[in-house]
Amino acid sequence: MCGIVGIYLKNEKLKNSLGSLLSKMLINMGSRGPDSAGFAIYKKEEKDKFKYSLCINSLNYEDFEKKIKKYVDADLEKNSDHVILKTLTKPNKMLDILKNNFKDVSLVGYGKSIEIFKQIGDPRDVVKKFKLDDYFGSHAIGHTRMATESAITTDGSHPYSTGEDECLVHNGSLSNHNNLRRKLKKDGVNFDSENDTEVAAGYISNNLSNKKSLKETLKDSLKDLDGFYTFITGTKDGFAVLRDEIACKPAVIAETDDYVAIASEFQAMAHLPEVNNAKIFEPEPGVVYSWGN
Amino acid sequence: MELDLKKLELRNVNDKLQNLDRKTNERDFTIINPEGNHAICAGLDKEMNVTIKGHVGYYCAGMNKKATITVEGNVGTGVAENMMSGKVHVKGNASQSAGATAHGGLLIIDGDASSRCGISMKGADIIVKGSVGHMSGFMSQSGNLIVCGDAGEALGDSLYETNIYIKGNVKSLGADCIEKKMDKKHINKLKKFLKDAEIKNHKAESFKRYGSARKLYNFKIDNNY
Repeated sequence: MCGIVGIYLKNEKLKNSLGSLLSKMLINMGSRGPDSAGFAIYKKEEKDKFKYSLCINSLNYEDFEKKIKKYVDADLEKNSDHVILKTLTKPNKMLDILKNNFKDVSLVGYGKSIEIFKQIGDPRDVVKKFKLDDYFGSHAIGHTRMATESAITTDGSHPYSTGEDECLVHNGSLSNHNNLRRKLKKDGVNFDSENDTEVAAGYISNNLSNKKSLKETLKDSLKDLDGFYTFITGTKDGFAVLRDEIACKPAVIAETDDYVAIASEFQAMAHLPEVNNAKIFEPEPGVVYSWGN
Repeated sequence: MELDLKKLELRNVNDKLQNLDRKTNERDFTIINPEGNHAICAGLDKEMNVTIKGHVGYYCAGMNKKATITVEGNVGTGVAENMMSGKVHVKGNASQSAGATAHGGLLIIDGDASSRCGISMKGADIIVKGSVGHMSGFMSQSGNLIVCGDAGEALGDSLYETNIYIKGNVKSLGADCIEKKMDKKHINKLKKFLKDAEIKNHKAESFKRYGSARKLYNFKIDNNY
C-alpha cells in the first residue's frame, strides 16, 4: 500500500511550519504504511558546503565523530541515529571515504540543501524521534511504508537519494526491477538493498547523470519501468509527480496561492491551512506534473 | 440535525444513520468536517437526506439503499459502490471507480470522475457532468452511464448490456464496445435523465450511444481479443 506526501511552499508564509505540516501528513498516512517512515526536507542552500545525511545505525556517535574527523573537516549535527555532516568535501571524494572506511554507516542522501531522515517503526514514532515538527524549509516530501517485496529495514525505507539534492518516494511495486538492476549495475550504479524503489531511484539518477532532464527521465520511465507506481521526485527547486498509465495507485493534489501539497489520500491534507478552498485534483495517468523545477 | 466529525467518532455517526430511531421524524442530517474520512454514510438503508459539507475519502455512500446523500465537495475512490437504490449527488469531482458494481439508484457527479467510473455496474444510472477517465464502464452489465464531457481510453471494455451515452470525445473504445444507433426511445430516455439531473445545456440528440457488440458472450476459438 504505502503512503506518500509532499508539500511545496510558493512563498515564505508557511516556511516555519513546514515540518509540522508534513509531520501531520505522515502521521495520518500511517494507516497506509505502518512499517517505516522517512522524509526529505529542503532548506536554504549552503553556499560552498555539502550536507551528507548519514544513518550511523548501531555505531556509537562519539566513536563515529572521532573517526570521521580523521578524514574530513566537518561540522556534525546529531539527530537520533542520523547525522547531518556539513563539509567542503565534494561528493565524489566523500562518497569514496564513506564507502571505504565506514561500512556500518548508510548514506541516505546528500546535496547542498537536502536533508533526509528515515527509519523503521510507526510513522508517529519516527517523526517524533527526528523532531520533524521543528524543521523548516522550502519544500519536503515523505513516505510511510507497508513493506511488500523486501524486508523492513532502514535501507528499504524511503525516500531514496537519486543524486545530489535529489530523492524519490514511491507508492506501488515494480515487476521488472531485477532485470533493470542488472542492467544498471553494468552501467556502474550501486545498490544497497533488494528493494524495487531503489532500482527506480538508480534508474532516475543514471538518466540524470547522462544529462537527461528530470521531465524527460520521468517520461522515459513510463516505458522502462513495469509495474504500479505513483512517484514524487524531489529536487533542489521543487518536486515532480508521475503516476503510471494504469493509475491504480492514488494521489491527490491540493493547490492554493501559498502551497502545493500532494498525498495518497485527501485526509492526509485535511489539516492544511485553507485546504477546503484549494484547487483539488488528481494527477492524470502518465502525465508529469512539476512545481518549482 | 448537524453531526460534527471533529467531535464525533465516524463509527458513531454511521451507526446513528444506519440505525435511525423510527419513533422520531428526524430525517434530515448535515455532516460537517468530514476531513477526507473513509466510508462516510456507508450502508444507509432508510429514506433520509444527508448533506456532507466538505471533501470525503473512499467508499462514501457505499451500499446505499433508499437514502439521498449529497456531498458538497470531492469524493475519493468508490463513491456509491454497490449502491442498491436512492440517490447520491457529488457536487465536486470523483476519484476512480465511482458507482462500482452499483445495482440501482442514481449517482450524479457535477465535476469529473476519474478512471473506471461505473466499473461492473449492474443496473444503476450514473450521470457525470464533466469527463470520465480510462476504462470507464469496464465489464458493466446493466444500467446507464451518461457523460456530458469526454471519455478516456478503452471505454466500455468487455461490457455486457449497459447503455453508455457520451457527449464529447471518446479517446478509444475497449474490447467489444461499439457505437450504436440512437433511436427515438434512447433519445427520450436520455432526455428524462438530463431533466432529472437538471442539465439544460446539453441536448439529448447531441450524445452518441455505445454498447456491447456481444461478441464476447460466448467463447470463440478465433476471438481476437
